[in-house]
Amino acid sequence: MTQTAKTAADAVADVQDGSTILMGGFGNAGQPMELIDALLEGGATDLTVINNNAGQGDAGLALLIKERRVQKIICSFPRQSDSWHFDEAYRAGEIELELVPQGNLAERLRAAGAGIGAFFTPTGYGTELAEGKETREIDGINYVLEYPLRGDVALIKALKADEQGNLVYRKTARNFGPVMAAAAAHTIVQVEELVPAGSLDPETVVTPGIYIDTIAVIPTASGQRAQAGAASFSRK
Amino acid sequence: MPIRETLPSRPDTSERLSREQLAELVAADIAPSSYVNLGIGQPTKVSDYLKPEQKITLHTENGMLGMGPAAQGDQVDEDLINAGKIPVTELPGTSYFHHADSFSMMRGGHLDVCVLGAFQVSANGDLANWSTGAPDAIPAVGGAMDLAIGAKEVFVMMSLFARDGTPKIVPECTYPVTGLGCVTRVYTDHGVFLITEHEGERRLKLREHYGITREELASRLDFDLHY
Repeated sequence: MTQTAKTAADAVADVQDGSTILMGGFGNAGQPMELIDALLEGGATDLTVINNNAGQGDAGLALLIKERRVQKIICSFPRQSDSWHFDEAYRAGEIELELVPQGNLAERLRAAGAGIGAFFTPTGYGTELAEGKETREIDGINYVLEYPLRGDVALIKALKADEQGNLVYRKTARNFGPVMAAAAAHTIVQVEELVPAGSLDPETVVTPGIYIDTIAVIPTASGQRAQAGAASFSRK
Repeated sequence: MPIRETLPSRPDTSERLSREQLAELVAADIAPSSYVNLGIGQPTKVSDYLKPEQKITLHTENGMLGMGPAAQGDQVDEDLINAGKIPVTELPGTSYFHHADSFSMMRGGHLDVCVLGAFQVSANGDLANWSTGAPDAIPAVGGAMDLAIGAKEVFVMMSLFARDGTPKIVPECTYPVTGLGCVTRVYTDHGVFLITEHEGERRLKLREHYGITREELASRLDFDLHY
């Protein structure tokens, strides 16, 4: 059953030290900034974070890394022009990095959510990133065996949720949201708007509510990221 | 989708190609109605030279088909970016999808062409473009390995020679590879090379050369150049 949290802090209050956290977003698009801010304030530490990147600038995931709350990151593209907090932590040997090709990252998450034990993928065959992994030739093509990536918690961002937890996203901010929602034991979504059941066209629902445990409403304008914290939501 | 083999009008072959001419050449070589991924950085310049009548649909790995030009001014929207995290626009007919679907499109053989930069390409089409292997470097791979093995045609766009004058097309890659035997064409400032199957082996053939004679080119490369 999907619950609505009053604040972002309430939404992430049960995140334990040492958790593996699936964190949505590609760069800043779709990154659940306010949930991450709440996690930062909540003090959870020794986290393993799975995200495409390793934080940008001085916001969101970058700040979690700056504060050394992240002991390991699993991502495809950590090095960016503004990934200075990750760069510093990495060069100081204070964060562990597991580099995963982006499509393998997405598919390993999808596999976790779909109950797939492992899968053979052609991506990375013959490269350093497949060293030591099981391989197999199938119909003349070489594949690498990859395993699912599960999370204790997923923090994702969508545009709208209805009271059932059904989600719709906005443009390229969708990215990892749908696969991460299914791949974690507990999925928390921040949305700009919560609408009554029946308000979303069922044909347009991208993530069905079965994958969503907690909704936090953070009413920021589309395409802009306000500094405001979470706002409570009451429909009555 | 068949890939066009020749150009309607060749640029002057007496001088090496500028980056803009190279992008124009690649754009002209992409067959009409193709689904194309232009990676990040230099290859994205190709989109400047695609003509509407080519009806090319651009894919970006972060979940979009039908990508339009870079966003200007009021068009900038943080939720609408390309793989290089540059704000872009949508064209009529755009679709959005999640990351697993986006990469299924690559691995599943649905993309006709991708254009990538490279540190090195081997004469049999191995690609090295994600890491120089430098001990102090922070590695990053992004979607390069998925694109390299996924798209039906992998075009590489790069300078033929490194700053120290050594060729970047080599008998065997010395940088860490991104994918094996995946490159089908190499577009460089000094020439265009096709990598095709010949008697069960992949080999590289010179299609045309710019600002260098065929003989000089052959003498500067460390493998047998086919014509």
